[in-house]
Amino acid sequence: MIQKTNMKINVHHLTRVEGHGNINVTVRDGKLVDARWEVVETPRFFEAILRGKPHDLAPTLTSRICGICSIGHTLASLRAVERAMDVEVPKNAQLLRLLAKHGETIQSHVLHVFFLAAPDLLNVDSVIPLIQSHPAVVGVAVRLKGLGNDLCDLAAGRTTHPVSLVVGGLSKAPKKKELQAMRQRLQERLADVATAVEVFKGLALPDFVRETEFVALKGESSYPWIGGDLVSTDGVVKSEDDYLAMTNEYKEDFTTSKFTKLSRESFAAGALARFNNNYEFLCKEAKETAEMLGLAPVNHNPYMNNVAQLIEIQHVMVESVEIIDELLAADLDDVCAEYEVKAGQGVGAVEVPRGILYHDYTIDDQGSITKANCIIPTTQNNANIHHDLPELVTQQIELGKSDEEVTKLCEMLVRAYDPCISCSVH
Amino acid sequence: MKYLGIDPQKVRVGVFDFTGCEGCELQLANKEDSLLDFLSLLEVVNFREVSSDRGDDYDVALIEGNISRADEIDRLKDIRAKAKVLVAIGSCACFGGVNQQKNRFELDDVVKEVYGDHKVETDKVKRIADVVKVDLEIPGCPVSKEEVERIVVNVVLGAEIKIPKYPVCVECKQKVNTCVVDLGQICLGPVTRAGCDAVCPSGKVGCLGCRGPAEDANFESLKQILMDKGHSDSAIVERLRFYGAFNGTVG
Repeated sequence: MIQKTNMKINVHHLTRVEGHGNINVTVRDGKLVDARWEVVETPRFFEAILRGKPHDLAPTLTSRICGICSIGHTLASLRAVERAMDVEVPKNAQLLRLLAKHGETIQSHVLHVFFLAAPDLLNVDSVIPLIQSHPAVVGVAVRLKGLGNDLCDLAAGRTTHPVSLVVGGLSKAPKKKELQAMRQRLQERLADVATAVEVFKGLALPDFVRETEFVALKGESSYPWIGGDLVSTDGVVKSEDDYLAMTNEYKEDFTTSKFTKLSRESFAAGALARFNNNYEFLCKEAKETAEMLGLAPVNHNPYMNNVAQLIEIQHVMVESVEIIDELLAADLDDVCAEYEVKAGQGVGAVEVPRGILYHDYTIDDQGSITKANCIIPTTQNNANIHHDLPELVTQQIELGKSDEEVTKLCEMLVRAYDPCISCSVH
Repeated sequence: MKYLGIDPQKVRVGVFDFTGCEGCELQLANKEDSLLDFLSLLEVVNFREVSSDRGDDYDVALIEGNISRADEIDRLKDIRAKAKVLVAIGSCACFGGVNQQKNRFELDDVVKEVYGDHKVETDKVKRIADVVKVDLEIPGCPVSKEEVERIVVNVVLGAEIKIPKYPVCVECKQKVNTCVVDLGQICLGPVTRAGCDAVCPSGKVGCLGCRGPAEDANFESLKQILMDKGHSDSAIVERLRFYGAFNGTVG
């Protein structure tokens, strides 16, 4: 076997990811010396800024933590405020919020699978050359992304930094005529998902396995998105309020993002973690897709997160049709509860595209926030990426791979987690 | 895309992000029905979030985010030296955005609140124009994708660039919305520059002024009307300070 004696990989500001991070790998005399995932993003200190803020501005403020999953942040923030003050959100408002959430899952997963990850599988720098070489795939991606954005616009008033998600429910409900039209589009676009699945069947993802603990919300009767117990594939179950014991944040000096751990040195959250913990609750069509694409729980190949995302796109499209049917049969005039301001503390856990997001606020009797904590999915995944890298590099140098090949696999590994780095350094 | 039957020469564009959420640059990839036509006008030579191709030969640099660490100043000056036209996009780049709320606190205090005893480098938030010359500002949190496309196309074609000077109320009235101030909310629509299609009040939520002041905005009059409706001075000022877009006009 030919072994590389020396290798120095230094990817400064990795491309096709949200935010700024570096990959550094050193191999000397065929032995791995160091492999690091360094987050160098500039922090914004949202938790410090939240102190003294009126509770009703917290969702608007914290949606700005992330340009991709701003609806997820808004929903986690609302849930923390509403649980702190015992606000009962009307059922139809909960359904509309879930619809907005599904829109975000579609747009975010499509952005990642097609625009950020697919160029690696097709050996190009970006999606732009694919407009010429693979027009059908780009067409599918653009149509599905448009569908996700329009679903967000319909349910939340806007995709990036939503408007109508407010404490108590929604400030404005969509018209039934609009919901009806969206229902039809969702059904039509399922054909695009089928095309995407066919394309993915022909693409080989890297074969890499590192046994990992996966953390997600625990489904009770459906695939979980908003609130509930927390679960891990190592058998840990905790309540939503006990999230600190599920995340165990700590800080390393070489990265501005914190790291987290549970039963092992790190764990993973996100589409693959949800799939691994909650496979039984996927719809029939999504389970068929999983079988076609060779994904079964519990899968320990991080690159398969791309496949899990595609499966989730299909699942939420099917579920969105069901939600719309329920809304069409309901009265949408009253989608916001009145509430009384009172002191309290509340946690909101929401499955956003990249994994579980937690917001935790303490509110005083004037309705102002006195203490805030936000734990971001990418913060949880950063440690797992960091621990995947040495294992991946060690395996690849044993296979005699070149610097260039190892660099590409490292980049693809980080991208597979779909990191939202700005978010992780909020 | 042809303009008057002519293929305009492609303009080389670089998109760069500093401290922020990257939501504005995402808008560039978000207008699906016109995205492919829009891209056909441009040669994207540097856009880290969507492409591994990194060129230095750009004519137009779109800058998102604000400046909050020393290394960002050097990177921004380097981009300024290379770009013919530098455009600040979004409220963070134009006004400091929500991130400038950090400036109300001591830096040591915010670091300790989030990172405990770990040292993390951070400075007071600066706007892009505080550091380099800015040729054009497109405000908004996030920017309106229609507006960015229109402005970039106008830059490409050398056409005149117009951003509305009138307030959000004009657009809101055109949509025949019920006034959210009458619904009991604080709305900064009367003093905020239009161009967002009144998206927030159309969703029955008061405007927070992400696009900055309209021409001849009468802050005192708005404040008086809102206070007459029972809103406190501190609640109004909290909103005026939200994006840093009215700093200098309010306390």
